[in-house]
Amino acid sequence: MAEWMTKVLAAIQQLGRFGLAKVQVLGRAGVFLLASIPWGGPGSAGMKDLIKQIYSIGVRSLSIIVVAGFFVGMVLGLQGYTILSDFGSEAALGTMVSLTLLRELGPVVTALLFAGRAGSALTAEIGLMKATEQISAMEMMGVDPLKRIITPRLWAGFIAMPILALLFSLVGIWGGAYVGINMLGVDEGAYWGNMQASVEFYDDVIKGLIKSLVFGLVVTWIAVYQGFDSMPTSEGISKATTQTVVVASLAVLGLDFVLTAIMLGSI
Amino acid sequence: MRIRLLEFAVGAFMVMGIIALILMALRVSGISSTDVGDKYTITAYFENLGGLTERAKVSMSGVTIGRVTKVYLDTEDYVAVVEMEIDKNVSTLTTDTSAAILTAGLLGEKYIGLTVGADDDYLEEGGIIEDTQSALVLEELIGQFLFNKAEQ
Repeated sequence: MAEWMTKVLAAIQQLGRFGLAKVQVLGRAGVFLLASIPWGGPGSAGMKDLIKQIYSIGVRSLSIIVVAGFFVGMVLGLQGYTILSDFGSEAALGTMVSLTLLRELGPVVTALLFAGRAGSALTAEIGLMKATEQISAMEMMGVDPLKRIITPRLWAGFIAMPILALLFSLVGIWGGAYVGINMLGVDEGAYWGNMQASVEFYDDVIKGLIKSLVFGLVVTWIAVYQGFDSMPTSEGISKATTQTVVVASLAVLGLDFVLTAIMLGSI
Repeated sequence: MRIRLLEFAVGAFMVMGIIALILMALRVSGISSTDVGDKYTITAYFENLGGLTERAKVSMSGVTIGRVTKVYLDTEDYVAVVEMEIDKNVSTLTTDTSAAILTAGLLGEKYIGLTVGADDDYLEEGGIIEDTQSALVLEELIGQFLFNKAEQ
């Protein structure tokens, strides 16, 4: 009886320790984020750094986003056509492709690709800075590493993600149009006309943009935090990089559900 | 020179984002002159809306001249109230204008079709359309058809 009791107690204790550790990480990450936000605006931490980061995070992700967007759009066109033609409503192909991309696939797939392409690079970069004691050196010189390193990266992610998501959706819609109109023979007027009749600028385009803004912040936040919090060893950096992709992807998918529920429920 | 090229790339990236947003607005969501500019609101009472929703089109002779802004139930008379915004350019709707709920295509969305009357007075802000025709509900039509068949 007593042995059984101690086992249960130990299990509960372990659960408690696990929970406390998770809450602690969340708290650290929260403080980290608050300390890194430049309350004076994106330029207050140095414009040059910001531009450099937008270049490495945003511009260099452009090729993967555009190519992925085009193929996702083409697949949507192909799949949508086969499903819709069962109901004799191929004319709704434009509506289907554009709404799917603008509301869901654009922001979400961009965020997933972004986490893999830019997030992991951010983590590895900052992790290596930590391992080679560049961050400690900065502190020694009286430079705040949060302001110097983290802030421009956070802003760059926040700025780059909506642009990337918009381009993804746009290229995808044209990809869907290419397959639908040129290869499958959907009427061009019906494709664009039905799309314009059912896509609302605020409800679809702007709400999709809001989603990608949130994803941009969350993915970059997770990436820089993981890098900053990694163990300064080669193993620690590899672990942190993996963690970034895993946690950021899950966070994006989970947040997407919450955001969609809020937006559709017009809460 | 290196930093110049970098700045140029970032600037071009941002311009691409803005162009994409404009394209989304104009080409994909089809914002046109009917969505901006002055409007006035008129109201119509229907017995049955049959699936008409907010933001549905209001058209005359097939041209979109406004949008439905609000749909609700009048709890005193138990009729559906539809408020719609009409373009200020179309300010000469006569007071005996009639409104009907129509369907775009066989399974398409519902919209309101206006047909102008012959009165001399025009509808103004807050005007009410008296002459309305409810949506055709398929089940009711079939019911009527069966009822008529049974009578024969």
